[in-house]
Amino acid sequence: MNKPITMIEAINLALRSEMQRDSSVIVLGEDVGVNGGVFRATVGLKEAFGIKRVLDTPLAETMIAGLSIGMAAQGLKPVAEIQFMGFIFPTMEHIICHAARLRHRTRGRLHCPMVLRAPFGGGIHAPEHHSESTEALFAHIPGLRVVIPSSPKRAYGLLLAAIRNPDPVLFLEPKRIYRLNAQTVEDNGEALPLDSCYTLREGADITLVSWGAMIKETLEAADQLAGQGISCEVIDVVTLNPIDHETILASVAKTGRCVIIHEAPKSCAVSAEISATLAERGLLSLLAPVARVTGYDTVMPYYRMENHYLPNTADIIDAVTATLEFS
Amino acid sequence: MDTIYQAQISYSQFLSESGKPLQPLPDWTEKPDTLVRYYRNMVLARQLDNKIIALQRTGQMGTYASLLGAEAIEVVLGDLMQRDDVLVPYYRNHALQMLRGLSLADMLSYWGGDERGNASPAMGEDFPNSVPIATQALHAAGVATAIKIRGEKRAVVTVCGDGATSKGDFLEALNVAGVWQLPVVFVVNNNQWAISVPRSIQCGAPTLAQKAIGAGIRGEQVDGNDVIALHESITAALKQAREGKGPSLIEAISYRLSDHTTADDATRYRSNDELKAAWEREPIKRLQTFLHQRQWWDELQETAWQKEVSQIIQRGLDDFLQQPAQPVEDLIDYLYAELPDALQEQRQRLIRNAQPGGNHHE
Repeated sequence: MNKPITMIEAINLALRSEMQRDSSVIVLGEDVGVNGGVFRATVGLKEAFGIKRVLDTPLAETMIAGLSIGMAAQGLKPVAEIQFMGFIFPTMEHIICHAARLRHRTRGRLHCPMVLRAPFGGGIHAPEHHSESTEALFAHIPGLRVVIPSSPKRAYGLLLAAIRNPDPVLFLEPKRIYRLNAQTVEDNGEALPLDSCYTLREGADITLVSWGAMIKETLEAADQLAGQGISCEVIDVVTLNPIDHETILASVAKTGRCVIIHEAPKSCAVSAEISATLAERGLLSLLAPVARVTGYDTVMPYYRMENHYLPNTADIIDAVTATLEFS
Repeated sequence: MDTIYQAQISYSQFLSESGKPLQPLPDWTEKPDTLVRYYRNMVLARQLDNKIIALQRTGQMGTYASLLGAEAIEVVLGDLMQRDDVLVPYYRNHALQMLRGLSLADMLSYWGGDERGNASPAMGEDFPNSVPIATQALHAAGVATAIKIRGEKRAVVTVCGDGATSKGDFLEALNVAGVWQLPVVFVVNNNQWAISVPRSIQCGAPTLAQKAIGAGIRGEQVDGNDVIALHESITAALKQAREGKGPSLIEAISYRLSDHTTADDATRYRSNDELKAAWEREPIKRLQTFLHQRQWWDELQETAWQKEVSQIIQRGLDDFLQQPAQPVEDLIDYLYAELPDALQEQRQRLIRNAQPGGNHHE
């Protein structure tokens, strides 16, 4: 039996495993080589695979994205690290205008099998610009997959899937839970499905939908509510584009009630898309309005006040209680 | 105080504006083949350019970026790049793309609003036109990184305008190419205008080539209207790249004799006198005069070639006009390697709408 590992270790394991299996996988980014990444996601890879497979880049995010596109079009599989999601914005022109549409605009002549990894989200008392959750900005981009793991096992299997996927994937890592829990992860090289929700807990009374670090509070809420005799189904969306609406619709058809939970600001968030789809395609199964437990429509605060901003377990329980009491 | 670094930028020109040698010419110019081919290709490029503008003016073509004034850069690059080199172009490289194998029909298809113009297998590993300014410089650096990692002897060429050199992408590409010694040639077609912004207010440095110095790479200026000077510089830069000896920046001084695109009106911002003066330096007349002097080209050949070019263009145009319409589902089918389930419903709606009786039937 392997010893349990954390999510950050599982990410490292997946990178190592896939680099071993596929010589076209190249890791690049700021501080990913000799330093092993600021969160240590790439630790040991340079030693194991050499400087032609693990590239310490100059400090330029636009360059990292653009370079990855050129490498991917040549048949390599770049896995680039953007050190924090707060620094990802210079890459957006390359993601939107090139990575996500290269296959489309060349009618398949070229394609872009690249992964951009970025730690995201709050709750680790980080400096300014290190705690945002801006996944919705990326979930809106046709041609781009946005994938978020919420456990060591899923981080391992989903990262393998992201690297093997022939299209660009933004792999967002909820850094608050990088080292929170350890799980036994078998290094079996098996990828997990993308474009698919994961039902983490089955239940009959209400559907809780979330992703990333908030899965922790969502599962805690489900546990506490179970003590009150309330049975929650918990769905981890995992792939925010394209979304597996079918799993959510099927769950809500069963429970009739839905609460969506995320750290990102509320307006135009991915929860709005899920909520709208429930209205379009699941209205008649709904016994109560869809509720959302989210960050506020304001700037992600510097760490002194981040606990005021981030939703917590009590917020989720309140929303569930209100949704169940609706009549 | 000690000088710890000093650099200089060279400018090379072999033919005067009136086609007279300004210095001893390289040996290869003793034979007519290459220079006559350059001339013929430039004539083709210009006549094609005129034709596409005419098509645009009569509503048969979309907004088009003319290459008028860039013919020399295009045909020399087209000649010297090898098949297995990679071109990462901007949107003013269509003659170069054709010299690399893109059919006229597919090129027209692109400017006629159809992505299939980017799909031609004849384009090999070349990138499609980059419309977002300077982004292609980074893709070229990425392609060059792949080539370097694999230890291949191939060169990557990317072209941009003078305006693009103001963008971070360009500078970030130079920087990484310098530090990793990538096999890439950055060609700046400095045609003096970025839409309405002249070179004088684009950058405070006296040359754009010197931006290479900050990245630790070789930079030089060359007369972009002089095929001999271009041939020399580009040959050296490609050789250097293929031999793994690092990147180069070539600033080719040209002049945009056209509007920025067919949607632009340059009379709003630049003087007729300046344009008239620029026509005195243009590349085709200059080489024609030189070829006449050498008796390698005469009026009879000129008339015959012009006629042949018209026929080539007409054939390409006929092929273009006969291309069947794209299936509407192409709009969704090429987004991902496999269509995600979430897009199935939208795909069906798209097809339904395009059918007879549908809201979008044409």
